[in-house]
Amino acid sequence: MEKGGFSPVGLRVLVVDDDPTWLKILEKMLKKCSYEVTTCGLAREALRLLRERKDGYDIVISDVNMPDMDGFKLLEHVGLELDLPVIMMSVDGETSRVMKGVQHGACDYLLKPIRMKELKIIWQHVLRKKLQEVRDIEGCGYDGGADWITRYDEAHFLGGGEDVSFGKKRKDFDFEKKLLQDESDPSSSSSKKARVVWSFELHQKFVNAVNQIGCDHKAGPKKILDLMNVPWLTRENVASHLQKYRLYLSRLEKEKEIKCYSGGVKSIDSSPKDAEVNSGHQSPASLSDPNTDVIMPPKTKKTRIGFDPPPISSSAFDSLLPWNDASEVLESKPVLYENSFLQQLPLPSQSSYVANSAPSLMEEEMKPPYETPAGGSSVNADEFLMPQDKISTVTIQDLDPSAISCMKQQEFSSNVTNNTEAILRSLNWELPESHHSASLDTDLDLSCLNGDRFLANTGLYFQDYSNSPSLLSELPLNLWYGNERLPDPDDYSFMVDHGLFIS
Amino acid sequence: MDTLIAQLQRQFRDYTISLYHQGFLDDQFTELKKLQDECSPDFVAEVVTLFFEDCEKLISNMARALDQTGNVDFKLVGSSVHQLKGSSSSVGAKRVKGLCVTLKECCDSQNFEGCVRCLQQVDIEYKTLKAKLQDLFNLEQQIVQAGGRIPQVDI
Repeated sequence: MEKGGFSPVGLRVLVVDDDPTWLKILEKMLKKCSYEVTTCGLAREALRLLRERKDGYDIVISDVNMPDMDGFKLLEHVGLELDLPVIMMSVDGETSRVMKGVQHGACDYLLKPIRMKELKIIWQHVLRKKLQEVRDIEGCGYDGGADWITRYDEAHFLGGGEDVSFGKKRKDFDFEKKLLQDESDPSSSSSKKARVVWSFELHQKFVNAVNQIGCDHKAGPKKILDLMNVPWLTRENVASHLQKYRLYLSRLEKEKEIKCYSGGVKSIDSSPKDAEVNSGHQSPASLSDPNTDVIMPPKTKKTRIGFDPPPISSSAFDSLLPWNDASEVLESKPVLYENSFLQQLPLPSQSSYVANSAPSLMEEEMKPPYETPAGGSSVNADEFLMPQDKISTVTIQDLDPSAISCMKQQEFSSNVTNNTEAILRSLNWELPESHHSASLDTDLDLSCLNGDRFLANTGLYFQDYSNSPSLLSELPLNLWYGNERLPDPDDYSFMVDHGLFIS
Repeated sequence: MDTLIAQLQRQFRDYTISLYHQGFLDDQFTELKKLQDECSPDFVAEVVTLFFEDCEKLISNMARALDQTGNVDFKLVGSSVHQLKGSSSSVGAKRVKGLCVTLKECCDSQNFEGCVRCLQQVDIEYKTLKAKLQDLFNLEQQIVQAGGRIPQVDI
């Protein structure tokens, strides 16, 4: 895909999720963003599609939990083989999971339920990647300047409408680059550098180096580079990577609102530090540099851009980062985050990365949920059902074992539903609070709802629910509402009136 | 004098509001309604149908796993409930989602009785929701058939 005519409209998105409900919803939402959407229910299928058309997609959005392949694995494959931006999704927002996503190269991690506004801005990840490519290839790796340009471009695009054409901006980019070239270190600007791909291994080396340096306040790009011992890597590469990493960590901490990082959390995002901290530095240029005509966009346009630097508040960070070796004085707070934060995490396995195996990672994940126990479920119904309650249509022995062992959805006919209830009932019999057989019949009333097409008018209006929750009659109230609060007295009486609550 | 349409619309509004207030639905359901448009006029009903199919499948997976007396695969139950949690978050099935959290905790602590009870509740809960949404959709149809517009309900 040419870099010239890029536009968020028509962005080609591949969505991977084993949940059919989410797949349908995401497809609709992405279409509403004017993206071109392809959906996929399996990770392997997604990889196949991606490999088939290497240049066919701009960005991948994938759920973390997939039955056939770990979502993180998919992420690695896509990142390494195809170098596409990947966004992870999950209903689980645990820090360790999110961190894992970052480590594997995710450019964002969305929590379900996902909102439209989160999807509306995913094109920025694609843009950012492209700009980074351009930057790396053309060798404009001069420290803060490069990132500043990126933010400026992003700010431009954020301010625009949906139909932003990036081809035009490319010229602005070149112009700004030239402008800043005069002020930057001339020796670094002309050399053409190879593109840096921050692979999982490379990032691990980076993280290890940062860990090693620890909290002696000298975790600057130069030191990290030395420790990493990667000959072809430059200080600029490390510097820009470090900036992103710090921003991610501080954002994480802010979101967690961990009390132990006392006093440090808020200040990171407060007003920008004084320019005097780094006199030679260019990024507060918008404020103090007379040579550029750039105006930073107003704060109201701020949007959340995931792990990468947000366009506005990150100016705070530039003054914190030691672009000059001479003034490598770091605030203690960012290093404190990194240090404590990293110490909490066990370092992933150091074993060499092989494309199709990562035993330590796979073991952590749960096995695919569609494995069947070999024994089937031929439970003897006699053990559970009282003789007079044996209902001929609903016994466990009637169950076809092949229906169990095959986990395809279409095999789940009404047999399964009845079977579910039978199992639930049978399990119920084991409990001390056994129920009179009459209450069991009401379950069958409900089961008749299951086979119906949802839109069919069953003639039900305000259904009498007085029988259905009979199984709950023995159960404590708090369980009825799961983790939620008990109803208000008003609601209480409303529900009693409608037979929703059995006293 | 209230016309039939007005009465139906009022019932629809009241019923919708009650579903939110009683915690059956949360704002994700509202988001779903926003996605429905002329291109996909039955979007919400279709999505909700998919969800209930998923419920059936996952609940029977879990019931079967719990049925393996002495050899219950709690990991399997756990991963199924995780999926169900994700699924219920997609349609705004608030109570179902809440129960999934409880069920997950029972799985993690390998509390067999807790799992069984919780699963029973999940089963009842999703069926209750299904019936209620059916009623809601029926009301919508009645309004449309009577020639009225389905009111936008702000929660």
